[in-house]
Amino acid sequence: MTAQPTDIATYNFAYLDEQTKRMIRRAILKGIAIPGYQVPFASREMPMPYGWGTGGVQVTASIIGPDDVLKVIDQGADDTTNAVSIRAFFKKVANVAVTTETAKATIIQTRHRIPEHPLTAGQVLVYQVPIPEPLRFLEPRETETRKMHALEEYGLMHVKLYEDIARHGRIATTYAYPVKIEGRYVMDPSPTPKFDNPKMHRSPALQLFGAGREKRIYALPPFTDVVSLDFEDHPFEVQTFDQPCALCAAENVYLDEVILDDHGGHMFVCSDTDHCEKRREQGHRGHLAPETPPALEKTEPTQ
Amino acid sequence: MSDEPLLRVSALSKFYGSRIGCESVSFDLWPGEVLAVVGESGSGKTTLLNCLSTRLLPSSGTASYRMRDGQFRELYRMSEAERRFLMRTDWGFVHQNPADGLRMTVSAGANVGERLMAVGDRHYGKIRATAVDWLSRVEIDDDRIDDEPRAFSGGMRQRLQIARNLVTGPRLVFMDEPTGGLDVSVQARLLDLLRGLVTDLGLAAIVVTHDLAVARLLSQRMMVMKDGRVVESGLTDRVLDDPRAPYTQLLVSSILQV
Amino acid sequence: MYVAVKGGEAAIANAHALLADRRRGDRSVPALRLDQIVEQLALGVDRVMSEGSLYDRELAALAIVQARGDMIEAIFLVRAYRTTLPRFGYTRAIDTGAMLVERRVSATYKDLPGGQLLGPTFDYTHRLLDPELAAGGDVAEPLQRASEAEAMPRVSAILACEGLIEPDGDMPQDHVPGDITREPLEFPMARDIRLQALSRGDEGFLLALGYSTQRGYARNHPFVGEVRIGEVELELDVPELPFAVPLGSARVTECQMVNQFKGSAKAPPQFTRGYGLVFGQSERKAMAMALCDRALRATEFGEDVVAAAQDEEFVISHSDNVQATGFVEHLKLPHYVDFQAELDLVRRMRAEHDARENAGKAVEKREAAE
Repeated sequence: MTAQPTDIATYNFAYLDEQTKRMIRRAILKGIAIPGYQVPFASREMPMPYGWGTGGVQVTASIIGPDDVLKVIDQGADDTTNAVSIRAFFKKVANVAVTTETAKATIIQTRHRIPEHPLTAGQVLVYQVPIPEPLRFLEPRETETRKMHALEEYGLMHVKLYEDIARHGRIATTYAYPVKIEGRYVMDPSPTPKFDNPKMHRSPALQLFGAGREKRIYALPPFTDVVSLDFEDHPFEVQTFDQPCALCAAENVYLDEVILDDHGGHMFVCSDTDHCEKRREQGHRGHLAPETPPALEKTEPTQ
Repeated sequence: MSDEPLLRVSALSKFYGSRIGCESVSFDLWPGEVLAVVGESGSGKTTLLNCLSTRLLPSSGTASYRMRDGQFRELYRMSEAERRFLMRTDWGFVHQNPADGLRMTVSAGANVGERLMAVGDRHYGKIRATAVDWLSRVEIDDDRIDDEPRAFSGGMRQRLQIARNLVTGPRLVFMDEPTGGLDVSVQARLLDLLRGLVTDLGLAAIVVTHDLAVARLLSQRMMVMKDGRVVESGLTDRVLDDPRAPYTQLLVSSILQV
Repeated sequence: MYVAVKGGEAAIANAHALLADRRRGDRSVPALRLDQIVEQLALGVDRVMSEGSLYDRELAALAIVQARGDMIEAIFLVRAYRTTLPRFGYTRAIDTGAMLVERRVSATYKDLPGGQLLGPTFDYTHRLLDPELAAGGDVAEPLQRASEAEAMPRVSAILACEGLIEPDGDMPQDHVPGDITREPLEFPMARDIRLQALSRGDEGFLLALGYSTQRGYARNHPFVGEVRIGEVELELDVPELPFAVPLGSARVTECQMVNQFKGSAKAPPQFTRGYGLVFGQSERKAMAMALCDRALRATEFGEDVVAAAQDEEFVISHSDNVQATGFVEHLKLPHYVDFQAELDLVRRMRAEHDARENAGKAVEKREAAE
């Protein structure tokens, strides 16, 4: 469209038309009013494929304003391809300021992680959700699962956990670990590792979940109770790593395994790239850290 | 025993278009009583069972159930949530085909434990201990607790289904041809087991069967159905030894001659 | 050192530049013009309009070029544009009985009012590659009879005279037609919603499902009552005006499938119908849609639901190729955070497993020694 500008096709601020944004905002408000409840909404086709974050993008597009500062992460990293692509999309269609710094962002769109840096009041975390229904793999029918939610029939969720313990001696669900919201709805936290579940509990930030292909939005208002399902004698526990980040020496953070060679050599580094860089700037050094920390662009203002 | 019935059924009818499923069925069921409903296929006995267990809604008539608080509740006026809750706590339903009543892809232990978890039990160890106990009561070795019912024989599956239903201590159990499709020797063992459990637990039960031997062994009272209507009812021994309706006489004689 | 493969903005920009290059191909070959695509790849354009749910040949042609001829990608481009357009209103229901027909065939009657019109069809062509097309030779003008104003009633109307076929479906008085592009889908759904979903459904998916009904998976004994292709008028009610305003015309393909039906507890013996309607010219899609529509009406007629084609949740949830392709292809996005969690679990379980095995072996050894 830049080479030969014609009026053959034009787009609104933040891509979606205002009617659509209002419709999505109504769904978000309903979701906030009933924490954990999946609100059906008339999901739009987005200019990226279904399954690539269209739910999150629609939520972000509906709440973003010209003064917002946007951060986008995928797998915890700001520089993974899909995060780069979504960030570029909003720069293009909304011309908003973007950042990689968790603390400076007003809206953080994420796929598969929650940032390590604690979120604060006023921030919004937007999750991209592939399959919003926590009961889906136990019961494939939407008509049935909606009824199960309505009647609070969640026995089947514990059957799954029981089976894990009977077979493996422990609950073998490692991500998309089901949670109960305010003692009522069972919710899928999206495929974040269960390591991040405790961060959702009573978070001061607003958490919004968008599933574009499945046409559902759900929400956790600030300070909502989010309890991971478990048994009294097999309590929920998060992954632990027996070594710190090889670059910034952080402990109690989620680590990615990076393969160094083809003889099994590997190292563990922070999945949250912003957190890792911040720590290295502050002088923390892991045992495999390079001499000088990379100088990275942090925040780009609007043009 | 109580001086009030557990279930009161009055003029229950179910029509499929112009075809009769069952018509004007009335009876009371008392705590701890086993009622057999016998008849040929197409006689309406399964339709009746499905209406009573609220799996089907009748065209007319009422059924009231005495809840644990002693109050009678009209079954067809309950919300679906209440009915489903009743179904997984105070009632049981034993299907003819165990695959319809079991989760075939989860372990025997989880099959038994599901109802406990559904009503809020959250202690794995206790749930498992209860499952072990119930498996032994239905004569399933505890080393089969982590096996899926797919690996079980027909008789074992049926016993597992019974354990799954009884684990929450229901007061009323519906059974649809519980011994149908099993070998004769397996049937006998299952009937013995059922009779023992029903007596020990003081269960009330409504058993649908085409097999008069099942009725004689399990029930105190029976109803004979034909073409959707009850043609005779009374104490089981009396009906079988001294059938009065011509149809019952035919039914009884045809069995005894075998 | 730390060299994890992560794509930066530069990598993405370069990939897209390469895509643009490959899309253009050899620069000595003239670039395709949109009018060439509209005129000469018209059925491809029709499919993109139909499944893209946007009646605009030029945009569809643009999408086809931009997608390098990948039809699902082109459909996706059109959808993503369409969804941003504000709605001014809804036209009146089109009257296919008043269609300016170019093709109309019926398999249920030898002849019928309005006649059988073959029109521009591949039927009865011998599928022999034609080298003359490669040479780009002249094409003779076709013979066309002077248009006659003969009425062409729909076959369903003819059968309805005898009361042998179910009438056009009636919706309740206060029913407002749904719009799947504005309202979330909910199951079970009314037939108008279902037909909208089928009309934009993937041609290949519906074809396979329709085919499966013919092979016995929910057989519904179909006859092509008629297929008609042609132009229909579009009219919009404007509140200020006492009459409907003509907006122009659109080319559509309509299929009325007539299905034998022996009657059930819910409905008397009669012919029932399956309905298909798509933008442009696509008999295959319209017919497959009609087969699926009829199969999906199983519950309405009290038929047993035994096959995939009758299962509304299954068919409608999986018929949209834009959704399907997105979710299948999203598997190539990074999933390493979740994979890490699984890796950790498998390692732990593997270690415990090995420990148990070793302990077992140690016991065996000791026993053997004793």
